[in-house]
Amino acid sequence: MTAPMTTTGPDLRDYVLRLGDDALVAAQRVAGWCTRAPQFEEDVALANIALDLLGQARALLTYAGELEGLGRDEDALAFGRDEHEFRNVQLVELPDDDFATAIAKMLFFGVYQRLLYTGLSRAADPTLAGIAAKAAKETAYHVDHAVSWTLRLGDGTAESHRRMQAAVDHVWPYTHELFEPGPPPAAAGPGADPAALRGPWCREVEQVLAEATLRRPEDGWAPTGGRSGVHTEAFGHLLAEMQYVYRAHPGARW
Amino acid sequence: MELLDGVPPLGTEELLAEVDAAERELAAGEGPPAGTAPAGDEEGAARFEALIAADGKIEPRDWMPDGYRRSLIRQIAQHAHSEIMGMQPETNWISRAPSLARKAILIAKVQDEAGHGLYLYSVAESLGVSREWMLDELHAGRQKYLSFINYPTLTWADVGALAWLTDGAAVVNQVSLCRTSYGPYARALVRICKEESFHHRQGFDLLYALSRGTPEQRAMLQAAVDRWWYPALAMFGPPDHMSTHSAQSLAWRIKRATNDELRQRFVDICVPQARVLGVTLPDPALRWNAERGHHDFTPPDFEELKRVVAGNGPCNRQRLAHRRRAHEDGAWVREAAAAYAAKHGESREAAEPAPAGEAARAPERTDWPLWEVFVRPRRGLAHSHAGGLHAPDAAMALRNARDLYTRRGEGVSIWVLPAAGITASSPDEKDAFFDPAGDKVYRHPSFFELPEGVEHL
Repeated sequence: MTAPMTTTGPDLRDYVLRLGDDALVAAQRVAGWCTRAPQFEEDVALANIALDLLGQARALLTYAGELEGLGRDEDALAFGRDEHEFRNVQLVELPDDDFATAIAKMLFFGVYQRLLYTGLSRAADPTLAGIAAKAAKETAYHVDHAVSWTLRLGDGTAESHRRMQAAVDHVWPYTHELFEPGPPPAAAGPGADPAALRGPWCREVEQVLAEATLRRPEDGWAPTGGRSGVHTEAFGHLLAEMQYVYRAHPGARW
Repeated sequence: MELLDGVPPLGTEELLAEVDAAERELAAGEGPPAGTAPAGDEEGAARFEALIAADGKIEPRDWMPDGYRRSLIRQIAQHAHSEIMGMQPETNWISRAPSLARKAILIAKVQDEAGHGLYLYSVAESLGVSREWMLDELHAGRQKYLSFINYPTLTWADVGALAWLTDGAAVVNQVSLCRTSYGPYARALVRICKEESFHHRQGFDLLYALSRGTPEQRAMLQAAVDRWWYPALAMFGPPDHMSTHSAQSLAWRIKRATNDELRQRFVDICVPQARVLGVTLPDPALRWNAERGHHDFTPPDFEELKRVVAGNGPCNRQRLAHRRRAHEDGAWVREAAAAYAAKHGESREAAEPAPAGEAARAPERTDWPLWEVFVRPRRGLAHSHAGGLHAPDAAMALRNARDLYTRRGEGVSIWVLPAAGITASSPDEKDAFFDPAGDKVYRHPSFFELPEGVEHL
């Protein structure tokens, strides 16, 4: 895909698209908990988080479509692209095998998003800064929720400790992709350099894991590819389900 | 008892006006009949009858007949279960919604249903049963939920038809219930009706978009309306002459209108809306009867309703199995949170309310404790009671309260208290407690007559 040059540079669209795809795919996974949460109160909480993420995705995809200038709106971008055109990290597309996995993903992704959005809220590009400022507040709540559950599952029963540790071990390798170097476009500002976020991210996450009596996994295997359109097998199923009605009725309005 | 004869079909605005009227009635409160002595059963019964006759509200600690309590528990538990089970047919389409805007609306709607289920469970808990017990009854098939939930949502249009028709029917039903005699139920219903007015409307809006769409979309729309018309009509229950619970519920003012009255009201509302959607309602006998001032229509097949209620609808087994699985899969999480609370100094015993009434007959359970939630709507106003919820500890209770009671920006501050930590005055001592304040008129400035010409006093 090529994008026409704009005053803010060709790479800003790709950058905004990444952020939007991350939020969209995360929202799709979290929304999958509807009617399946461990308690009704948690159903309500997870739906709130899904709605926040979906709201971020809509704002970001709409903006990416405007930067692109090809007339694609949020729906065309969400439903009209194939797997290899999505730029989200693999972490968000991992299936939520159990509640502990969902919480581990929410913790790792949430802390990353909050650090990133806080930096981006000072971006030179006013639209991106506005979206980021709102999203930073939302993700602060997601982190709070994920931390609450990480503590309770890690330091709850023997069974919950075992499951939470397994989830942390399973998801940890996918966190490396969040911080892959690649300077953000100038319009996003220096606060958005992913590589620079790794340090603060580790400090915060390690502290939570320690308090939850969980072991921080060793760094090693670091799967990658999401940012260049290479995804896990599970992602194709997620898209097939998400996109099928839209694609079965080309041009229809809903 | 109000009757519907001569009442024109109502739209959402009029229904919401009825909700407002019910809310004003709640705020105005009852004029309590004069009681003289602390109540034994006999005086309690007399006071109860007098309150019902005066259209007053019964509150949780008032004396009430066992039958009244049982009817309320049955009805409110069924209502709560319907909200919770009703999430499933719509959730079926969240992952496939054909636009991001529709996906967001659908998530918000399903979330509201979880919230409404929670409001209602906490109302039932004020009658002395635990949520855990109600869920056991649901999972064992002993307590029911609305039968329409046992039908499948086969296409995207079913999401709209379900909301337009069954939420429409639920609104008609619930608006009438806002004036129910049990205070906590009435207050919860006012809140639910206000929040739900969007459900009904988004369903219509979804269908309206289809009605202006491609031939495939219009065909999808008509097929879905064909599927959902009769399940919606059946929601009002069996016809009056066959209804086993209706008469006593009407007398106690738990219910405020009969099944057939409400069904008629619903049909009258739907007919003009169907015209706007360009769909045919699947009843060749449906026509306006000028003499009655209502539409004539073919009633639902009540034999089918019985079969579905008995567990033999297309999705009964699937829906219950899904619910049980979610509950069982979540058990380790609930246990973990309770263990964490115990480890970190929040004693479960301190927060566990003593079981009373029905709960005393229910087996001992270890659910998360019940919390009462108080919300400050905006700066300058006091916190007021919003409802209850379950949480393993205070920190989680606060977070849950935020999600549950301030989804629409209803608050700027929240208090949560363990329900067991509240000390309340006894309704039995009401007269001794409050009446002496009634004759101290000199406490009010209006008691003093001002000489002419005196100002600023």
